[in-house]
Amino acid sequence: MYKYDEYDQQMVDTRVAEFRDQVRRRLAGDLTEDQFKPLRLQNGLYLQLHAYMLRVAVPYGTLNSAQMTLLGDIADKYDRGYGHFTTRQNIQYNWIKLEDTPDILAELAKVEMHAIQTSGNCIRNISSDQFAGAAADEIVDPRPYAELLRQWSSFHPEFLVLPRKFKIAVIASEKDRAAMRLHDIGIRMVRNDAGEIGAQFYAGGGMGRTPMIAPLIRDFVPLDQLITFSEACLRVYNRYGRRDNKYKARIKILVHELGRDEYVRQVEEEFAHLLTQPIEPPLAELERIKAHFTGPAYDSAASDDLDLTDPDFRLWVERNTHAHKQAGYVIATVSLKPVGGIPGDATADQIRLMAKLAKDYSFDELRVTHAQNIVFPHVKKADLYTVWQALDEAGLSTANLDTVGDIIACPGLDYCSLANARSIPVAQKISERFGSAKRQAEIGELKLKISGCINACGHHHAGHIGILGVDKKGLENYQLLFGGSEGADTSLAKIIGPGFTEDGVVDAIEKATEVYLANKQGEERFLDTYRRIGMDPFKEAIYG
Amino acid sequence: MKILTGNDLKTGAVIWWTGVGWSLDVNESADVGDHGAALAAREEGAQNVVGAYVVDGEKTAEGIRPAHIKERIRALGPTVRLDLTREASNPAAADWVI
Amino acid sequence: MVDVQFRFRDDETVNDPAVTVDSFSEQSNATAVRLEPGDDARELLPHLDRLSLIEVSFPAWTDGRGYSSARILREAGYAGEMRAVGDLVIDMLHHLRRCGFDAFAPDKALNEEDARTAFDRWENVYQATVVDGRPAIWAKRHPA
Repeated sequence: MYKYDEYDQQMVDTRVAEFRDQVRRRLAGDLTEDQFKPLRLQNGLYLQLHAYMLRVAVPYGTLNSAQMTLLGDIADKYDRGYGHFTTRQNIQYNWIKLEDTPDILAELAKVEMHAIQTSGNCIRNISSDQFAGAAADEIVDPRPYAELLRQWSSFHPEFLVLPRKFKIAVIASEKDRAAMRLHDIGIRMVRNDAGEIGAQFYAGGGMGRTPMIAPLIRDFVPLDQLITFSEACLRVYNRYGRRDNKYKARIKILVHELGRDEYVRQVEEEFAHLLTQPIEPPLAELERIKAHFTGPAYDSAASDDLDLTDPDFRLWVERNTHAHKQAGYVIATVSLKPVGGIPGDATADQIRLMAKLAKDYSFDELRVTHAQNIVFPHVKKADLYTVWQALDEAGLSTANLDTVGDIIACPGLDYCSLANARSIPVAQKISERFGSAKRQAEIGELKLKISGCINACGHHHAGHIGILGVDKKGLENYQLLFGGSEGADTSLAKIIGPGFTEDGVVDAIEKATEVYLANKQGEERFLDTYRRIGMDPFKEAIYG
Repeated sequence: MKILTGNDLKTGAVIWWTGVGWSLDVNESADVGDHGAALAAREEGAQNVVGAYVVDGEKTAEGIRPAHIKERIRALGPTVRLDLTREASNPAAADWVI
Repeated sequence: MVDVQFRFRDDETVNDPAVTVDSFSEQSNATAVRLEPGDDARELLPHLDRLSLIEVSFPAWTDGRGYSSARILREAGYAGEMRAVGDLVIDMLHHLRRCGFDAFAPDKALNEEDARTAFDRWENVYQATVVDGRPAIWAKRHPA
């Protein structure tokens, strides 16, 4: 993975000094809260329901064990012993003090970490495929390109005061494991007919109040024009994105209101102009970054055998591991969704344990997924049982990846001042109702996502089953949606009817799974059956 | 009654206006009547609070209960981590919120 | 008439009254123009040789359109004074400068020391704006 050089280190150190000074000026009364708020947001610091919340960046979801260990230590030293992994591959701490934050950022900087632009009206953390560098189906590792864009977007002087936040995802496979088309800009690295690598650009996707799937805006951008093209896209947005209404300020609204063709025309015009400016890094810079991602020193003699006699281990292997491009290795996902637990939360001890396991058994590398789980990307099959046993002891061996138990949930009204309803208790009840391994196996792949408000941080629009918490005359109420998908077949979930109480929505989901099982053909997933038979059979069963 | 809540600037802790100062305990909340907005502005200017806002509440036998679940969660702590709330030893604490 | 508190030019401060973009096209002897956030900077491109002062207005510092306006004008070769006017905050001074501003006239005078610190904060920069003349880190990594 990427290692800072002296320049990168200087940038994060400078940022720490800048923020320390900003806090000093705030506490001295030289800055009002109105003036300070955008500044602290650009360092990931929110004022939340119970305290300040700090969102630490995990660039494209990749980190090493030293970094992961520090994240655990920060939870103990500055928070209340746990952290929350988010739907954008970052980590959040819920009980932070403003007066501690400069010191926290200083400690993060020592292990090449930061909280730069994890909030605010600027370009946010660039996300990627959690299996990057390990999956057999990728054209290239997408992460060098994400790193190139990360540096370009960090403190970009023209784009720090955008109309609204801006989220970019970069993938490099046909299979979309990062919900790429639900981003403001989504990039897929591809190979053209001449065999050259380049980037497909999509723009104008997003969730929230008005979910939209990003249309394709450029078939192929050559590698030596990536930054210039990105800059053109952002400049058009900065100039013409709406600033009159916070809820209409994302680029998806601009693309929608201009129409895709007109947005493309404006971008191409700006692009043609920017090509006359020497703003593109030389390809040597991309090569320099790529050199950090050459892949681990695999043991070419690693055995492909796996002893699956332990039935619990077997179930975990079947559910939570994926084929690795290298023989003798697997990609292992650690579920942070224990039955009845809080999705995405991990204790400091668990975080440090995962760090140690990654160091010993995954070439010192971990990933955070946008489904709020952790991945060990390169585990030798011969080591897998040892890893699993250690996870099992720590309550981290839940075998439920991509099943109904693998729930994605935002923090909701228990933590977030923007929320209308609590999301975690709903997740816990669903998790317990469907807690048995037998039931989960029966239902199979089912991506269930819960948001506590329309901001959709739980990505409910992209759930096979989505739940949206609302405030109905002061009481929590839950809307149920079916049919969303974030893969290459991206679709937006549709609401099925009137909302439910907390218990009501759990019952409704149970009825929905019964309808699915009664109608399932062949190997259909819930999503496939729903797409084939439509909403009506489900509505009838649920509403009677 | 109308009560005023916000966060402590330095620590982020949830605080409630008592009439003379800020308390961590919602039960010490004073009725701010029509003066909430003016109080909030004054106290924010003095840096005693950040993000202050007025909500409805009622005086009950058990203490002062904010009208909306959001502020009851603010007063207690997360309903899903009772060990982290202001009443960690009381297993029934969340009942008051919900 | 706003006071220029910071200026990074060797020539005399331009004091001509700045007219609106609309008026500018009608007044052939105007040498100073004022761009509002909603104005299209490119409308000025045919007239750059007439201009010795362009004021870019920031009614609210949270409206970042002026950054693009300034940079576009500099990219087109404008070499006169580019003045940021209005709600300017210390923490954005460095970024304004990188986009081509060389004069700063905040509504309320800024703390001099904090402002100097802000201007000088970043020894290196990740991206090339070109118009600020500063080499990006990638240029330093790969000297031509």
